[in-house]
Amino acid sequence: MDNKHIIAKRAAAFFEPGDIVNLGIGIPGLCSNYAADGVMFHTENGLVGVGALAEGLQKVESFCNATAQEILPVPGASPVNTAMSFGIIRGGRLDATVLGGLQVSRRGDLANWATPGRAFGMGGAMDLCNGARRVIVAMELCTKDGKPKILNECTFPLTGKACVDYIVTELCVINVTPDGLELAEIAPGRSLEEIQSMVEPKLIVSASLKEMRV
Amino acid sequence: MKSKVTTKEAILACFKDGQTIGIGGQANHGSPNRLINLLVQSGAKDLTIVTLDSGDMDLTVGRLIHSGQVKEIITTHIGKNPETVALFAAGKLKVELNPMGSFIERVRCGGMGLGGVLTKTGLGTVVEENKQKIISNGEEYLLEPAIRVDIALTRARRGDPMGNLAYRGTSGNSNPILVTAGDLSIVEVDHLMELNELTIDEITTPGLFVDMILA
Repeated sequence: MDNKHIIAKRAAAFFEPGDIVNLGIGIPGLCSNYAADGVMFHTENGLVGVGALAEGLQKVESFCNATAQEILPVPGASPVNTAMSFGIIRGGRLDATVLGGLQVSRRGDLANWATPGRAFGMGGAMDLCNGARRVIVAMELCTKDGKPKILNECTFPLTGKACVDYIVTELCVINVTPDGLELAEIAPGRSLEEIQSMVEPKLIVSASLKEMRV
Repeated sequence: MKSKVTTKEAILACFKDGQTIGIGGQANHGSPNRLINLLVQSGAKDLTIVTLDSGDMDLTVGRLIHSGQVKEIITTHIGKNPETVALFAAGKLKVELNPMGSFIERVRCGGMGLGGVLTKTGLGTVVEENKQKIISNGEEYLLEPAIRVDIALTRARRGDPMGNLAYRGTSGNSNPILVTAGDLSIVEVDHLMELNELTIDEITTPGLFVDMILA
């Protein structure tokens, strides 16, 4: 299983039947493949109950997801306009949101909408990390150049301050706690030292540290 | 009762240089494409457009970016349209970025007679720059002021001659909110229904918000 799917599968394990969940673009979007039955997906462009991608004649302009792909609504789906959609987001009605990350700080600040010199819009990202009950960042542990993405302080423009609850990567799962970043799970065959070498802040090791299921 | 259904010529005559125009639709879905085409045809320039995103290159809202008629865009995201990004980078287009939830509430306030909205979204980020913070119920919020537009261009699935409207699925998006926030409100309907053919239970926008219908 490649890293993206490992991350998506583990992030999806946070969802429980009955949850209403929003998935961001990229790795988070893959979580729908692994979610338990009874999880309903919300998309910011106005639908609770996003189902599979529509194919061929099933495609209808009026049912699409946030990346403008036509989808099939599930039984019990309800369309909502943008104001209602963001009321759902901001008003704490999402049980979880899975977002991509460029950087996460030791206090759970998230930067995922801009880099210095490339700031083309935050869309729904800031509302999502403001309102969702559990904010899960699903990302690879390091950049393509092998640099840490989990830092003492974010250097990119922030999406939200102290908003992240969990970080899920291909090598570990980290809980964001008031005392700092707590390493909760490590991928099979990896060591604590290895993980710590790829993360800037000093990690707290959970008393119930366990192996990550991949 | 006079039908609000009108002609392309009458709509064309509404557009003037320098106007602020709200345009419904999101990611090229639910976009009032025929009204956008009329706006392009009018040649009105130095426009400020208020819209969720800038569509795609020369597609839906992107047609206005492509035609060079837009001076400023008040929006949430421009990254999907390389032309918008290029114009912005070259200093030829002013871009005001809003979190989507704040954008839609600002427009809703404009339509609903409110001065602005209190939201926590954006606190601690660049969004809070130059904005007032207000304490309400012991909690800190950003004040985001209302937005109104000179002309709202929106799209609905079904409408009757009085302008009562119904929307479908994710094609509603910002349309039901923008339709209320224009000094002049023009709607493009996919299906023009007869009076009472659009039943009372299906109407979600009262016709009183609508001035002109393109059928």
